[in-house]
Amino acid sequence: MNLPTLESINLAASLPVLILAGWACLLTAIDLFISPERKHWTAWLAVLGLLASGVALGFEAVAYSQRGAVSAFGDMAVVDGFALFLQGVFLLSAFLGILLALNYLPRHNIERGEYYTLLLFTTSGMMLMAMAADLIVVFLALELLSLPLYVLSGFAHPRLDSEEAAMKYFLLGAFASGFLVYGIALTYGGAGTTLLSGVVEALVGGGPAPNPVLAIVGMGLILVGLGFKVAAVPFHMWTPDVYQGAPTPVTAFMSVGAKAGGFAALLRVFLIAFPATGDTWGVVIAIIAALTMILGNVVAISQSNVKRMLAYSSIAHAGYVLVAVAAARYPEVEPLAVSAAVFYLLTYAVTNLGAFAIVIALERDDGTGVEVEDFAGLAKTRPWLAIAMTLFMLSLTGIPPSAGMVGKFFVFQAAVQASVGDPLILTVTIIGVLTSVISAFYYLRIPVMMYFRDGEGQANVQPALGVALALTALATFLLGVVPAPFLQMARHALLTLAG
Amino acid sequence: MKEWTFIAILLIVSAMLPTVPIMGGRLLGPRKPNEQKSSTYECGVETVGDTWVQFKVQYYIFALVFLVFDIELVFLYPWAVAYNRLPLFGVIAGVVFIITLAEALIYAWRKGALEWL
Repeated sequence: MNLPTLESINLAASLPVLILAGWACLLTAIDLFISPERKHWTAWLAVLGLLASGVALGFEAVAYSQRGAVSAFGDMAVVDGFALFLQGVFLLSAFLGILLALNYLPRHNIERGEYYTLLLFTTSGMMLMAMAADLIVVFLALELLSLPLYVLSGFAHPRLDSEEAAMKYFLLGAFASGFLVYGIALTYGGAGTTLLSGVVEALVGGGPAPNPVLAIVGMGLILVGLGFKVAAVPFHMWTPDVYQGAPTPVTAFMSVGAKAGGFAALLRVFLIAFPATGDTWGVVIAIIAALTMILGNVVAISQSNVKRMLAYSSIAHAGYVLVAVAAARYPEVEPLAVSAAVFYLLTYAVTNLGAFAIVIALERDDGTGVEVEDFAGLAKTRPWLAIAMTLFMLSLTGIPPSAGMVGKFFVFQAAVQASVGDPLILTVTIIGVLTSVISAFYYLRIPVMMYFRDGEGQANVQPALGVALALTALATFLLGVVPAPFLQMARHALLTLAG
Repeated sequence: MKEWTFIAILLIVSAMLPTVPIMGGRLLGPRKPNEQKSSTYECGVETVGDTWVQFKVQYYIFALVFLVFDIELVFLYPWAVAYNRLPLFGVIAGVVFIITLAEALIYAWRKGALEWL
């Protein structure tokens, strides 16, 4: 018997995830004994857990800068710059997700402590996803990420559209998980191992009788499963309905966290396990990226509901990150493309959480008030809100001075470098730039509404929401004006084969 | 190219598994329908009244709670069989597993899922 020992598990390296998952388990039990009027205690306890995990993450980052990447759980997980950077993004998003919900849940009469514990569970799933170096761990993390999100999207329970969202998300999500599992099974059949480092060895040759074709089919199925999570185009059908129906703080967190989690797995699996078949998946991902950008941006134009519009916008943004993924298949571009992708995910996270914070401020207690017309006249009644929303919309479009512009710039820079001798990537890059121009049409409609149309412009900003808004607006602005320190961090976000 | 044959064989065999018995039965079997045979298949006692009735949601919660014990059994039995050969790590993993499942039970209990209303 070859069982792992406590030493090979290297618990210290995965401490941020373990703290969060353990605290989520404990908090579920603690929450049972917190009376219904005091559910905000659960929220603050959850924030405490995030803080503890953040401190552990800080120590990990310091240790990483000294000794480099290490592996944990017997090479099944690896703590490298890529994992640490994304784990930071997840913790930040979860913190903002709690702030967004703090006043929203009681206002909509759906305050239950489970929101916060489920949020912690899904965050720990995302963090595990960022460090997964084995296909089984990828699957485990994906389920830990998804299952709480299914529940959360049905959180506004008696409201029918929320239940519909949960049902749709669950059924389609389970279907996509099936694809992923089958892909993992075929990859295992073809390569003889589920370790990413083992798969690459088997595919390059030298392993015991590898069957590359099985592995390629498996790779395709894995792409379907992960493409569903990040809402890339042929697998995006669920996104608008789920984003519209789910309670707004959940949508905000889901659009940022689940997407970044999916990309964490996509980048690591395809760049570490399948570099040998880059010609195959590079073409497929480039085409998917082009389709995703076109469909997301074009369909978003005709949306009148802001939550639905942001759902299509989130599909479009998945396309921009996919451009970076496609570019990363060239080894000389890979470091730039990977850091561009994770930096893009960071800018998208702060911007989108901010935009949804404004939607939450405008949303009335019965779930209405999220149409584009409801923004009319907001500049007169709430000038600061209008300024913040304009900043977020500029950032989503990619106009300076905002985070989105810097993010897009680096993605396209990586793509242009990769496009030398690859006309497909060049075409996709041009499509990306053109669709960004299209996106200006629907994003900037909201500032036009706020500044040039007369209306009542009602908004309800409660303290926690105000803090979240201030933080996201500040981050969006700072990332756009002085991106250098964060870029420096993203530069260190490199993928490492098991440490 | 040769490797792709495996995929093709896999696809063909998996498509044949359901189609061959169904089509075979249809092609080879004698067909003598009567009222009894062509009615919808139902096992057990014949239904009384409308079948579109609402079931108590509590059945479903009981099924969920049963899952706790179900999973516990599936994993704990092999664990218990190999117990005396397990290193310390194996014991700790098993204990963590039991505690986690116990928490699920406590959760269901506190939420009143075990009360039959």
